[in-house]
Amino acid sequence: MASAVSVRGLRKAFGPRTVLDGIDLEVQPGEFVALLGRSGCGKSTLLRILAGLDREVEGQAEVPGTVSIAFQQPRLLPWRKVWRNISLGLHKPDGRAVALKALEEVRLTDHADAWPLTLSGGEAQRVSLARALVREPDVLLLDEPFGALDALTRLAMHHLVEDLWTRHKPAVLLVTHDVDEALLLADRILVLDEGRIVATHHVDLPRPRRRASVVEQRTRVLADLGVDVEEAA
Amino acid sequence: MTLSIAGVAARPKTATPSQARKFKLPLRWISPVALVLLWQLASSTGVLSPDKLASPLTVAQSAGELIADGQLGEAFAVSIGRVFFGFLIGGFAGVVLGLASGLSRWGETLLDPPVQMLRTLPHLGLIPLFILWFGIGEEPKLALVAAGVAFPLYLNLHAGIRQTDPGLVEAARVLGYSRIERVVHVVLPSAVPQTLVGLRIAFGTAWLSLIVAEQVNADAGLGFLINNAREFLRTDVVVVGLVVYALLGLTTDALVRLLERRILRWRAR
Ligand SMILES: Nc1ncnc2c1ncn2[C@@H]1O[C@H](COP(=O)(O)OP(=O)(O)OP(=O)(O)O)[C@@H](O)[C@H]1O
Ligand SMILES: [Mg+2]
Repeated sequence: MASAVSVRGLRKAFGPRTVLDGIDLEVQPGEFVALLGRSGCGKSTLLRILAGLDREVEGQAEVPGTVSIAFQQPRLLPWRKVWRNISLGLHKPDGRAVALKALEEVRLTDHADAWPLTLSGGEAQRVSLARALVREPDVLLLDEPFGALDALTRLAMHHLVEDLWTRHKPAVLLVTHDVDEALLLADRILVLDEGRIVATHHVDLPRPRRRASVVEQRTRVLADLGVDVEEAA
Repeated sequence: MTLSIAGVAARPKTATPSQARKFKLPLRWISPVALVLLWQLASSTGVLSPDKLASPLTVAQSAGELIADGQLGEAFAVSIGRVFFGFLIGGFAGVVLGLASGLSRWGETLLDPPVQMLRTLPHLGLIPLFILWFGIGEEPKLALVAAGVAFPLYLNLHAGIRQTDPGLVEAARVLGYSRIERVVHVVLPSAVPQTLVGLRIAFGTAWLSLIVAEQVNADAGLGFLINNAREFLRTDVVVVGLVVYALLGLTTDALVRLLERRILRWRAR
């Protein structure tokens, strides 16, 4: 089967600064990949390239299927009601119904007719997530979609993403700073550093996963991120 | 109303929030009322001769007479008509050119340089040329108003379109918007606030252009009323004409503010 994402020898520089320095990455259809790495190591840059928003690169980055993305900032149109932000571009006749259903899943039905600027940071982020999920793409790019959420909502959103992924089986590339989150959701964890993929972890734990089941593997992933858990404790 | 010529070329960055509401209205009226009282006092005691400036009471009285005999109404209608049609022509030109240069690269390459050069001309200085081109009838007046309107609308619409958040355009692209949808839902709405600023400036310069054009030559309208009054030393009528000009400017300004509040409802916070 052809890869959902196929990246070979990808390099990206902003002026003199090389941000991505030879990335090789194959993501299979339906595979859930988490991308970890320090702030500024090029995660968003990689996602932008995969979304086709940056073509001034060296090397190959191929994404044959449809793509949708939840950006690190929500990027909602402030002059369109929340539900329109979700349905625009979908080109479905029952846009509002689809949008309302998506809003129900992110628990924001009440805000369907609100202006985006009235939403809290976490609410806006959930609208942006709903907007990405509702498109049912072949490749789903999620750039820290849970960043502004409280712990409880975050759990609910984990379930939502996992549930949607189980139903439609898109390939997912999830950027996160939360190792537990990566372990709970992903089949594979990539650690990015200095523009290269420096470590790959396969997570073979059975689903649905619980927090306790990931503890052991977490230590190893953290070690690749340069964190010594024993010392930190 | 902005009565400065510099205001035409100025490129305001953001809409000014309504300052008036910050102050308590009654307090703000103390000094204007005191000034009018002082003016009346100066007139009544003879310090201010009616040849220089009529008293407020005389002005009010003349206003009543001019309204009663229909002179003011007629002049008013003529002047409003000039601004209306001039605005229509200039607005059309400004919006069409602004859209063309804002939305297409070729449009910008071809249109923007000449417009940016022309905008440095004080448009009121074009009167001699307009008279040579169009004679002294209605056309030069409409042309002057149209020129005063077209430039601020063009400049602000163009700037508004250019200011569109690239992040939103990117998002629209990935989310499957067609090119037309990107223009309709992303680019144009984000240009609206700046365009409304342009609209307000355009109204200001429209009135200014009208006043200047009517001073030069007019056989009807508010400017005619004022010029005629000058020949008979009727300073009261001159002041009535000026007050009407000011009221018209305030009215269009208020209309744009109203429009702003309706269209920009999404700026909830
Ligand atoms: N358009 C740009 N021009 C110049 N430099 C850029 C540009 N975009 C990103 N960079 C630089 O590239 C580097 C990687 O940025 P990127 O946004 O991909 O980081 P990130 O891994 O997503 O970080 P974070 O976790 O903080 O979101 C940063 O040093 C950033 O300053
Ligand atoms: Mg980022």
